[in-house]
Amino acid sequence: MTDIGLAHYLVVSAIVFTLGVAGIVLNRKNIIIILMSVELILLSVNLNLVAFSTALGDLTGQVFALFVLTVAAAEAAIGLAILVTYFRNRGTIAVEDINSLKG
Amino acid sequence: MIAAVVFLPLLGFLIAGPFGRLIGARASELVTTGLLFVAAALSWKIFLDVGFGHEEAHASLLANWFTSGTLKVDWTLRIDTLTAVMLVVVNTVSSLVHLYSIGYMHEDPDRPRFFAYLSLFTFAMLMLVTADNLLQMFFGWEGVGLASYLLIGFWYQKPSANAAAIKAFVVNRVGDFGFALGIFLVYQLTNSVAFDAIFAAVPGLQGKVAHVFGLNVDALTLAALLLFMGAMGKSAQFLLHTWLPDAMEGPTPVSALIHAATMVTAGVFMVARLSPIFEAAPAALVFVIIIGATTHFFAATVGLVQTDIKRVIAYSTCSQLGLMFIAEGVGAYSLGIFHLFTHAFFKALLFLGAGSVIHAMHHEQDMRRMGGLRKDIPFTFWVMVIGTLAITGFGVPFTPLGFAGFFSKDAIIEAAFAAGRHNPVAFYGFGMAVIVAALTSFYSWRLVFMTFFGPHAAEAHQHGQGHDDHAAHGHDDHGHGHDHKPHESPLVMLVPLGLLALGSIVTGFVFMPDFAGHALEEFWKGSLFFSEENHIMHEMHDIPIWVSLAPFVTMVGGFLVSLYIYVLRPGVAPQLAAAFPGLYRFLLNKWYFDELYDRIFVKPAFALGRLLWKDGDGRIIDGIGPDGVAARVVDGARLAARVQTGYLYHYAFAMLIGVAAVVSALGAWSIR
Amino acid sequence: MDALFFYLFSAVLIASAFGVIAARNPVSSVLWLILAFCNGAGLFLLQGAEFLAMMLVVVYVGAVAVLFLFVVMMLDVDFAELRQGFQKYLPAGAAVGAVVLIELGFVALHWHSAPGARDVAASPVLADVTNTAALGRVLYTKYLIFFQTAGLVLLTAMIGAISLTLHHRPNVKRQNISEQNARTAKSVVELKKVRSRVGVEG
Repeated sequence: MTDIGLAHYLVVSAIVFTLGVAGIVLNRKNIIIILMSVELILLSVNLNLVAFSTALGDLTGQVFALFVLTVAAAEAAIGLAILVTYFRNRGTIAVEDINSLKG
Repeated sequence: MIAAVVFLPLLGFLIAGPFGRLIGARASELVTTGLLFVAAALSWKIFLDVGFGHEEAHASLLANWFTSGTLKVDWTLRIDTLTAVMLVVVNTVSSLVHLYSIGYMHEDPDRPRFFAYLSLFTFAMLMLVTADNLLQMFFGWEGVGLASYLLIGFWYQKPSANAAAIKAFVVNRVGDFGFALGIFLVYQLTNSVAFDAIFAAVPGLQGKVAHVFGLNVDALTLAALLLFMGAMGKSAQFLLHTWLPDAMEGPTPVSALIHAATMVTAGVFMVARLSPIFEAAPAALVFVIIIGATTHFFAATVGLVQTDIKRVIAYSTCSQLGLMFIAEGVGAYSLGIFHLFTHAFFKALLFLGAGSVIHAMHHEQDMRRMGGLRKDIPFTFWVMVIGTLAITGFGVPFTPLGFAGFFSKDAIIEAAFAAGRHNPVAFYGFGMAVIVAALTSFYSWRLVFMTFFGPHAAEAHQHGQGHDDHAAHGHDDHGHGHDHKPHESPLVMLVPLGLLALGSIVTGFVFMPDFAGHALEEFWKGSLFFSEENHIMHEMHDIPIWVSLAPFVTMVGGFLVSLYIYVLRPGVAPQLAAAFPGLYRFLLNKWYFDELYDRIFVKPAFALGRLLWKDGDGRIIDGIGPDGVAARVVDGARLAARVQTGYLYHYAFAMLIGVAAVVSALGAWSIR
Repeated sequence: MDALFFYLFSAVLIASAFGVIAARNPVSSVLWLILAFCNGAGLFLLQGAEFLAMMLVVVYVGAVAVLFLFVVMMLDVDFAELRQGFQKYLPAGAAVGAVVLIELGFVALHWHSAPGARDVAASPVLADVTNTAALGRVLYTKYLIFFQTAGLVLLTAMIGAISLTLHHRPNVKRQNISEQNARTAKSVVELKKVRSRVGVEG
């Protein structure tokens, strides 16, 4: 227990991942929660990558984590821009009102 | 030459049919009528050559129809005396009817179609009578059925005409079914459909037994009965007679040609042509006598009370056909054909005369609204009298003085009596024939008296609810400026009447020796077959005197009764009808046959059809097939569409499930 | 010592993640998210990836989370209760979650890295340089292409965000540079000869 190894970090990462997915799937409030849950998922992925990088002594993991960070930032920006535009057009971002893809 | 006789009417049809509108009505009339007259002239020549000259019977091969395995069927035109007699009958009457129709159908806008159909019919009938094999005869058989349908339903805007046409075709179909089965059986027995081959094989098939539905029946008898079923349908014999009265929906020339002289006689012709088969099947001949005699009686009784002038003559035809079958049933095929020959003339005469009356009365057909016409249309009156004298068989017994029917009818009655010595059933035929001679006389003279004698009906302003109404226009225009008095028909209609009247007078005594007398064998030259035991043509002369006098007596009796009721004491007729209401209604409604058939066949057939259509076709087949599949597809699509909720988190969840599934699959695969 | 900090950071991280999705007020959700990032950075520090930790704080907290906060406050989103529909999907969700958990268990039990994995590292950690320097050595040489591509991604995101949300107000005055540059003297300046004592009129 006191000797923190790879497995510990992986467990933490898995839990955060699950919480992020739960945030997407079980969300009943609004779209922003979904975006934030996506950020949580990406955080857990980064955690995972860095943990392996340390365990294998390979910098590749950290480089990859850096790029994930970059892309996450870009994606958050775009996602929020879309959200803002949607709100401007529809007036709501409540999850239950956004179903125009209903077939 | 025979080919010309058969194919000239076809040429007429091909010209007037597709091109009738192009060349105009007058040209269609003239072309078809002209071609028919040429064919008629050639027929008379063939008749004289083959019957009286030295021309031998032969068959002229046209082409091969089809060959299938061992069955080889050719288009062949057979010429022997029987054919020649029929050619004369068909072409003469047809050409005269064509000529008559030029006048009768003058105001009809569809004349080219009419003349085309008349010529088509003639062609089919000629193919029938010149056939050298059963299939070609069947071709002609069906062809005349088709032409009959087209012509009965000529005024197709009238629903009653359409119904009558369908009725004729369907009832004929029943008979044709029997005919077809007969052909199949004959082919199975003799392995051929050509007449010569069949007739040669018949002696060897005597006594051969066929196993049918668990019963053992004599094969030739069965074949003969099946073939006769076709004759029953085509010749409107008892049980398959219901279409003939309704066929009067067609124009009167059609009735004259098809339903008096030619098509309905095809059955009689067929039995005569197949005489070798029938001679080998005495049981079938007994059936023929029974049916013929019953028809003879039945139709005559119904004809007693009919009020439509055409229907009286229609039932008269039906009755006379029965008489022809009586003749053939007792083995006197020659007499059957003789009566066919004479009957063609006077029956066509009576129909065309009736047409002339209808024309004069501006399409009124109900005899109760006629009367006193003999001063207005004298020529028609006199030819109708001649026709009536012919049909009733007026003549002086034991002399060669008489109208046509006298010779042919009385000959049949004598033969029936003579046959009774061997075959008791023939006495039934004899008895019926004698009784019906009285009935025939009665109703034929009744027609004449009601139409031409008595007071004038209300001045002929009745543009009647006649069945002959031209469908296209109403009661108004008649091209020739008419006064409202009945007037004689134009010459183009009177000439055929005159010629037919001449035929009704002379054909009896002129041709008696050949058909019924000593010149028989030289005339027929074997085209009719008489079996070893069949000496009816000789025996018929060896009869008691009362038998020869009986028809004359009954004929005079019928005339006197009719004279009393309709001329001397008018008003007796309705009293008689009121005195026997049940019998009167029974006869008026044709022994309720139509109602019976409707209950037994028509309604169940419709019900079955409706069931198969709505439930079988609609619910089951469509339900399982296209409609069902389509509905299931829609259901499936609706189910599938429920997955598309539009909610983002549902989609994300689906992705998650997918990921889990893939990983599980990979894991499971790697563990194994 | 390490273990203590590890458990501390992990506990707070997990609690914050839960707070993100469970908070009623969206602003609270964002704040929980920030806390989660900070603790994540802490975890990175524990593993010796200090550059990445700082990047997490600077980029995620400093930029992304702030952006979230801006948007949440701008959109004036209402408070929302956790709705009833939660119950309907719980069974399915729980089932899928259980499946994933079991799989993770399998992996955890049966998986171990190859013995010689350390030796074939693509970019081995060098002992004598700082993490930042080591990353720099690798990033601008071996992974140059990806670096540049990442830059392009950011450029695209920037253009996309601007084009999505740019909103010309109708009555705001603005400059049209191309129009200004295209202006010639001829179209705006008019030379007039002015006679003395007469003036400009005419």
